Amino acid sequence: MITVENLTKTFTLHILGEKKIEACHDVSFGVPPGGFLGLAGPSGAGKSTVLKCMYRTYLAGSGAIHYQSSAYGMVDLATLSDQAVIDIRHREMGYVSQFLKVIPRVSALDVVMEPILSRNGVTRDVARKRAVSLLERLRIPTHLFDAYPATFSGGEQQRVNIARAVSWRPRLLLLDEPTASLDQDSVGIVLDILKELRQEGTTMIGIFHDPALLQSVTDSVYHIS
Amino acid sequence: MQPLIRIRGLTKRFGSGCDRCLDETGPEHDTNLCPHCGSVLACNDLSFDLFPGEALGVVGESGSGKSTLVRLLHFEWEASAGSMEVHRSAVGSHLLAEMFPDNGDYSKNLLLLSHFQRRQMRNALMGIVYQNPHLGLRMGISSGGNIAERLLGAGWRNIAKMRRRAAELLEKTEIPVQRMDEPPANFSGGMQQRVQIDKALSNNPLILFLDEVTTGLDLSVQARVLDLIRNLRSEFKLSMLVVSHDLGVINLLCQRTMVMKAGHIVEDGLTDQILQDPQHRYTQLLVASQL
Repeated sequence: MITVENLTKTFTLHILGEKKIEACHDVSFGVPPGGFLGLAGPSGAGKSTVLKCMYRTYLAGSGAIHYQSSAYGMVDLATLSDQAVIDIRHREMGYVSQFLKVIPRVSALDVVMEPILSRNGVTRDVARKRAVSLLERLRIPTHLFDAYPATFSGGEQQRVNIARAVSWRPRLLLLDEPTASLDQDSVGIVLDILKELRQEGTTMIGIFHDPALLQSVTDSVYHIS
Repeated sequence: MQPLIRIRGLTKRFGSGCDRCLDETGPEHDTNLCPHCGSVLACNDLSFDLFPGEALGVVGESGSGKSTLVRLLHFEWEASAGSMEVHRSAVGSHLLAEMFPDNGDYSKNLLLLSHFQRRQMRNALMGIVYQNPHLGLRMGISSGGNIAERLLGAGWRNIAKMRRRAAELLEKTEIPVQRMDEPPANFSGGMQQRVQIDKALSNNPLILFLDEVTTGLDLSVQARVLDLIRNLRSEFKLSMLVVSHDLGVINLLCQRTMVMKAGHIVEDGLTDQILQDPQHRYTQLLVASQL
């Protein structure tokens, strides 16, 4: 479903005298529909860079990212128009990082409901039920549902973040250390949720720091050096 | 999806101009002032599309041409060159024959219309909110009257209906309806900004221009105005052109962003890409300068 070919990303820092930093070099891999690929490698090897290039937060330097989109057919995410990337992000592709980046002054429940409402075409009631059940499952205390996640603990923020990312059931999900600051129990819950999402057909590419975890959830691993 | 408006080669020159203007101004010269003839190229060959329902950000330093761009698109100033075309889906049936003589998807160049026609198009399509409420509102007449003025321009004639519309908008933006007959001069800066937003939205425009709307407001008021704009956008399905030097505002409101410098667009892309992987020297400086 998605094939990365010879992806290379170099940052040119003009304000530091044209300093060049190569973030990843000649990365190639493929993921079949419904597959779960893990990205492994030492810190600084460029794992997050690869994910960000796929999500187009970074512009790929060279190489291609072929993606079989349900709306657009085969596209190259490295060169696709901004407008089409926005649309694909909206309909098909999710991204979850280890940091919660949410809109200020929006309650936890609304943070999770928003993508369901805007993408799945369901009623408020259905969206609300789905969001509540996700948050409950991820053990966010009920009394925090209408509070702003900016005030939550690190672990709670991350769980809200995951709830938001999976709530609308994206077709392709990019995971950048989604379990980094969670305790053992929470990690187990998150993995169960990801497993269910895969059963529903979501293709995933993920970075996990823990090698045991990486082996257990993914069905293939690409090593970046 | 086809763009709602297409802008091509938009240029605004103050001064006589000479044949070296274009080559000797711009970001690489760090000036928009032509060293030979002394003309200022406030906007130089700008081309971009605005899509239906999107919020497009425009960032850049003071003097980069951001506000000039808005004034050209809002027909306040005459462009020196370039074109602006609107998609036929945006135009009411009574104007179709006039604006689309060849029956294509895009109108003729709006920048070349007569004053009257431009005013017609502006009233039918556009709303604007300025940084300075004194530009958008008459401070001495009532807030309801300010909104009614806009509605009159858009062809409304029934006073009772106009009052109802004004009350509805004021309520939506949390201004007590009983203060509708007070002039904006009595209001706080944040309230004035909200009356301006009401006025801009009163005729259900398709395009909303926001020119540094939160600059100068204190933080809590700024937050409320931004929340209001965000909610209105999802409610009214507006296209917005959001001009700001505040990257936080752009990040909150816009999916796409253009970066301007010395009258040129030096870079455009997805907002998160502009902020995390800026390509142009000036954008890198701008992002690195963020608090």
